[in-house]
Amino acid sequence: MAKNESKPWVETILDPKVECASRDEMSALQSERLKDVVRRVYERVPFYQKKMKEMGVEPGDIRGIEDIGKLPFTTKEDVRANYPFQLLAVPNADVVRVQGTSGTTGKLVVMPYSQKDVDVWGECCGRGLTMAGLGREDRIHVCYGYGLFTGGMGLDYGATHIGAMAIPMSSGNTKRQMMCMEDFEATAIACTPSYALHLAEAMAEAGVVDRLKIRAGIHGAEPWTEEMRKKIESILHIDCFDIYGLCEITGPGVAMDCIHHKGLHVYEDYFYPEVLNPATDAPCAEGETGELVFTTLAKEALPLLRYRTKDLTDITRDKCDCGRTLARFNKFTGRTDDMKVIRGVNVFPTQVETALLSMGGGVAPHYLLIVDREDNLDVLTVLVEVDERYFSDEIRKLDELRAKVARVLHDALGVSVNVKLVEPKTIDRSEGKAKRVIDNRNL
Amino acid sequence: MSKNIKQLSVFLENKEGRLNEALNILAAADVNIVALSLADTKDFGMLRMIVSDPEKGQQALKAEGITASLTEVIAVQVSHATGSLAKAMEKIADAGVNVEYMYAFANGAKASAILKISAPETVVDILLGSGFEVWDADEAYRANQ
Repeated sequence: MAKNESKPWVETILDPKVECASRDEMSALQSERLKDVVRRVYERVPFYQKKMKEMGVEPGDIRGIEDIGKLPFTTKEDVRANYPFQLLAVPNADVVRVQGTSGTTGKLVVMPYSQKDVDVWGECCGRGLTMAGLGREDRIHVCYGYGLFTGGMGLDYGATHIGAMAIPMSSGNTKRQMMCMEDFEATAIACTPSYALHLAEAMAEAGVVDRLKIRAGIHGAEPWTEEMRKKIESILHIDCFDIYGLCEITGPGVAMDCIHHKGLHVYEDYFYPEVLNPATDAPCAEGETGELVFTTLAKEALPLLRYRTKDLTDITRDKCDCGRTLARFNKFTGRTDDMKVIRGVNVFPTQVETALLSMGGGVAPHYLLIVDREDNLDVLTVLVEVDERYFSDEIRKLDELRAKVARVLHDALGVSVNVKLVEPKTIDRSEGKAKRVIDNRNL
Repeated sequence: MSKNIKQLSVFLENKEGRLNEALNILAAADVNIVALSLADTKDFGMLRMIVSDPEKGQQALKAEGITASLTEVIAVQVSHATGSLAKAMEKIADAGVNVEYMYAFANGAKASAILKISAPETVVDILLGSGFEVWDADEAYRANQ
């Protein structure tokens, strides 16, 4: 039945020298590259020179990767404030393209690339496609958008790097997507997970799934769950992989998960990851959750030092079952933006989601955190929508449900919670994204 | 004839006009309410109803985003005489069956009590055996019409 069950999985690694390097070899490479990038930005980017001078740091103080903590941070606001090209570290003539992201508010974040930056980007996406079991013979149907957004071009460059055929579709027009996928005999599809699910359901309905040659799906650019991955996999009989990237760092291809799905492998020879305590900025121990911060080690056009992603995750450097030794981070557990300190305890909305999921039912009900301050004490109220899966016509059972939710949340968050059961669809879902936290405290 | 009546149970937040809204949805769907009970707590209310067409009522409410489910209950008829309901309850208690909740409705010469119980079949047998009348579901949906 499943196309990928017909033959055993063979792990292919595009660049074993880097992807399976020992920790010492990787650190040596990172140290050389860090010293080089620090020197370049200090000499050529006034923004970084000023920041480093303010901190009393000179390029000579950076003797290796272990000194990265001495360097200044860069935030998205910094990048925006220097729109579009003020952070450029190469002459204008060396820039061969720009990509960008709209963000959800305000100005574009624009990222210029030198030819070498484009090559590195293609190489990283190529490593990721190889990780998904793809190679020269493959045909990759790319329905990420082609344009300023990095998704389309990133996967396209990746396909070129491994000698595969790229099918540059962009999204939209489901019928034409299905026709091209079938007629061109695509063997992989690259798109956002939500679009993959949409296409998968449309293709199942049209009855074309069995005529497709698709083996792998490469999905990213938005958060998705294990359940979603399994659903896409089961409809299309393929293996799906999580690709991660952000335009500020390079676009897709910063990290990718392998067939074992045990975290995303970071191409840390190019993008050095740190995980920092969001409150203190101190480095987190392995396995401890904090903010993911990247330094671009080899970028020419617009290198970034310690760029704060605001995404929360933890990192491990154990060797993966696939053989790679690259650092791996887990799926994000939240954003620093969403973190609330309630009675001194850090609370993330996703913890609430995880706790609600642990009650069974497969899908967490919609919820909303409301933080108030009453008599100088923080009070957390969680509204939980009661849909049919949780509804009982007996008030006693609903009270039990409320008590259980409160208990599960208390255990997960470490603070006591008022739980209020509300009707379905009463929690605002504007802009497709549910709002998860309302903070009424005047802090 | 089935004695299991499908009760329409509706979850309502304690918000102004919410009950009215639910009732209007049923009216618009041409669903008649035979019997009704409203239980309330601090945060929410529970509207329980016997209606002319429980499935249709549930669909209409769901279409408007209101959580509604169907719950099996039974309805026993008792005469308008002092102690007749107590007699019926005594029979149920003797059988060791727990009543989750109960509410009443009147129809002509007799009154009826709707019961949510853990063992409806047993209770129906007991009540019938003790000389009580128990509503057939189809007739209950059309009571008082």
